[in-house]
Amino acid sequence: MSDAAVITDIPLVRTFPVRPFRHTGAVLLVGPLVLFMVVFYALPVLAMLARSVTEPSLSLANFTRLAHDSVFLHVFGTTLRTAVAVTVGTLLLGYPVALAMSRMRPNAAKLVLVIVLLPFWTSILVRSYAWMVLLGRHGLINEALLAAGVLDTPLRLLNTPIAVHVAMIHIMLPYMILPLSSVLRQIDAALPRAAASLGATQWGVFRQVVLPLSMPGVVAGTLLVFVLSLGFYITPALVGGPRDLMLSQLIAQQVDLLNWSYAACLSATLLAATLLLLALCQMVPGVRGAFRLGVR
Amino acid sequence: MNRPALKLFVAVVLLFLALPILLIVVVSFSSAAYLTFPPPSFGLRWYRAYVASSEWLAATGLSLSVATAVVILSTSLGTLAALGLARLPGGARAAVAALILSPLIVPGIVVAIGIYYAFSRYGLIGTPIGLVLAHTCLAVPFVVTSVAASLAGFDRRLEQAARSLGATPWGAFRQVTLPLIRSGVLVGALFAFITSFDELIVALFLSGSGAVTLPRQMWDDLRFAIDPTIAAVSTLTIGLTALLLGGAHLLRNRSARA
Repeated sequence: MSDAAVITDIPLVRTFPVRPFRHTGAVLLVGPLVLFMVVFYALPVLAMLARSVTEPSLSLANFTRLAHDSVFLHVFGTTLRTAVAVTVGTLLLGYPVALAMSRMRPNAAKLVLVIVLLPFWTSILVRSYAWMVLLGRHGLINEALLAAGVLDTPLRLLNTPIAVHVAMIHIMLPYMILPLSSVLRQIDAALPRAAASLGATQWGVFRQVVLPLSMPGVVAGTLLVFVLSLGFYITPALVGGPRDLMLSQLIAQQVDLLNWSYAACLSATLLAATLLLLALCQMVPGVRGAFRLGVR
Repeated sequence: MNRPALKLFVAVVLLFLALPILLIVVVSFSSAAYLTFPPPSFGLRWYRAYVASSEWLAATGLSLSVATAVVILSTSLGTLAALGLARLPGGARAAVAALILSPLIVPGIVVAIGIYYAFSRYGLIGTPIGLVLAHTCLAVPFVVTSVAASLAGFDRRLEQAARSLGATPWGAFRQVTLPLIRSGVLVGALFAFITSFDELIVALFLSGSGAVTLPRQMWDDLRFAIDPTIAAVSTLTIGLTALLLGGAHLLRNRSARA
């Protein structure tokens, strides 16, 4: 600590002497909400999760059994595959949009932002319904292809993994575009110009200047989309097939069967994966700032 | 990547984002007896079907009243907490913030079955109260973040000045702090309303047969019959959400200028 800091600290100490109960006011303000959330949210979730290690007896047997559980492994595989497909899809579609937004005039960028945010704030249920209408056996895509003579019989699109991927990419795109565009916007416009004036091609400027500088946004968007995709329930339940359950669907199914210890075990696994990935992402420098704008 | 190709690609992605939602709006005004596109002609047939259905109206009424109760609870608890959070020492603040913000991170299904597990013992399944309590926990993060953001630009010396001039703590809050953070509180309240009004996963477990919310009614209909009434209901909810968000946007701009 420098001398200047010590000197400026002194009057602060004098104006606010340390009192034993100086945080009483803060505790009284925060207390009601903390109590409410502990009683109606944290304890219920923890009590449910506890059943994964207390039944049938206090042990980790439920978790070790997962490693050989073919149903779990199949569902876990589907969940990971879906999350990867959705993450890659949103990155490929979202990056050019974010890049274009960073180069637009402010008013045009605002208009694009509204179009990006429109689905962001439309309920997931309504968006999944839209995809049911589009992809159904008598849906718009099939009807259009039949009318155009491309197909003789309607394609099976709804209730397939493709339907889940497309609908989830549609739902998750804003979560990718927002952190990307917030990082791309902050790149000093002089840097690409300098690279170009030194003889870099358009592609060279992008690959050697813009892309490396946007990596915090790429990491933030990728992790955010991946983590949120792991926990999807409504969309796969509506547009997915019965054989391609995701983890959340398996959990709901087990609760319906009153198989609580198994459901709790699966929930703990899903939660642990989520927290682990988010902890990882806190370690990447520059990601935290990009995150703040992305979280809904 | 050259400019025209990039522009075209971006236009296609934006269409991909917007079209499915616009499609629902167009279909809702169809006069056909079933889903068909383009609609043979336009009319309010499915809106009349919605208004004539006691099931849909009851679900709408329940969702509106649950969301209103959630707004009152989450906005008052969340605003107080945001005020207190700024005064807590670092370690305690991080722990409390983690608890309050965790519903944004914990997967919906985990929250839903946890709450279902506990509430079924308290006899709260199929009651509006159960939904209000659960939705409040989900809505609170939006209130706290929104109020905390408006507090970030708030000079606490103003409050101290009011106190030194003889204001009671409540008087200083009501006459000095609240007017300055009002837009943050209102934006938080709007987000809390939308969170509850759109919420489905928790409602799937807590609604039972006695407290069917609008998303739950839509879910049931989607699973058993696709009827364009849902398109009309969806369009109404899109309109309501857009209206509330437009309001939130105006409030933010106004507070930014002030």
